[in-house]
Amino acid sequence: MAALSSPLRLCRGILREIRAIKGPEYKQSLAYNYVLDQFRKNQITGERYCRAQEEALHASHSYLCLLTSTRQHLALYDIYHGKGQRDTEEMAGIVGLRLPTQPGGKGWEK
Amino acid sequence: MLRNLVRLHSRLGHALSPPTVCPRGQVLKLLPLISVNSKSYSIVTERKKFYEDVSISHGEGGMFEINLDRRKLKTPGGKLFTAPNEALAIAVANEWDTQKDTLKFYSMHMTTLCNTALDNPTFRSKDQMITAALKYLETDTICYRVEEPPSLVELQNNEWDPVLNWIEDRYNVVIGSSTSILGPEIPQATMDTFRQHLGSYNLWSLTGLEYVITQLKSVVLAFALIDKHITVEQAVLLSRLEAEFQIGHWGNVEWAHDVDLYELRSRTAAGALFVHFSSECSTVKRNLMQD
Repeated sequence: MAALSSPLRLCRGILREIRAIKGPEYKQSLAYNYVLDQFRKNQITGERYCRAQEEALHASHSYLCLLTSTRQHLALYDIYHGKGQRDTEEMAGIVGLRLPTQPGGKGWEK
Repeated sequence: MLRNLVRLHSRLGHALSPPTVCPRGQVLKLLPLISVNSKSYSIVTERKKFYEDVSISHGEGGMFEINLDRRKLKTPGGKLFTAPNEALAIAVANEWDTQKDTLKFYSMHMTTLCNTALDNPTFRSKDQMITAALKYLETDTICYRVEEPPSLVELQNNEWDPVLNWIEDRYNVVIGSSTSILGPEIPQATMDTFRQHLGSYNLWSLTGLEYVITQLKSVVLAFALIDKHITVEQAVLLSRLEAEFQIGHWGNVEWAHDVDLYELRSRTAAGALFVHFSSECSTVKRNLMQD
């Protein structure tokens, strides 16, 4: 299967997502510091093929995918998702009517 | 009465039309649309944001807790929310941090997974979860092939066969693909191997793994993703192969295809990450050979 992106691109991508979420003070957020920390820690390895490094890379790729896809999904949701129905009392009120009331309560109500 | 209406109106904001006085002179009470009841597993999709800061703290037993302002986060079942490691805690905290104005629970996948693992509201045991997960193998997406149109057949062979070969090699099993309506015959030995492999995961990881399998509708793809053989985007693409083929032919419908795609991606990514964090007890052991 295709090789994963380079660590630099992944790191930049994740930090960009965090910035998109948080705004100007993104550098103080938890996630920012943790992500940078993790990338720094996993940078240096003695082995040529370090399994932990590969796994960390895959995990960061998954996290980037999570952040981007959640953001994109929410954007589409805001555009396309239905706003829900109004309550019946309200709907009656819009046309100027009232719902009938039963003084003893309806049969199934407590 | 008027003051109540003004208060209600300002609370509900622009979402509703202003209260009208009906011809009979009765002013109607507008009921709020969203009932706030987050104590149980009732269907609440959104809620107003009630905190400013999110932080994590060490709890007892090495677990991590999430703090919203001063209060500790709780699961829907009422238990204190605890995460077994820092990475998971930060992922969840970040989800809560992402919310603005209203809390959109349907976008907080890591939180949902943690809640399910902590509460176990349907009281399932490991065996039940493994059986449920393996049931998907009999109707695995990868194993169901079409016979026509030929371009789709070719696409399926080119994309799905490598993954199938990989998993057959990796786990030393026989799965095979089939074009019949009944699907492939999965030998018992294969099921036993997978059952044994799944048994080695703890309850948290199994929750995540079963979630990924359910989302991708394929055990093979889920394993390929969890074993880090393919990425999330690739797994989602392979799961939706026929849909992508049809999109390429007939065109893309944003409000259906794209919404589906991003939702599937976010859920799968959350599941994969959840399994990774739950199964890898990643403590950094550094060989301080350098300074």
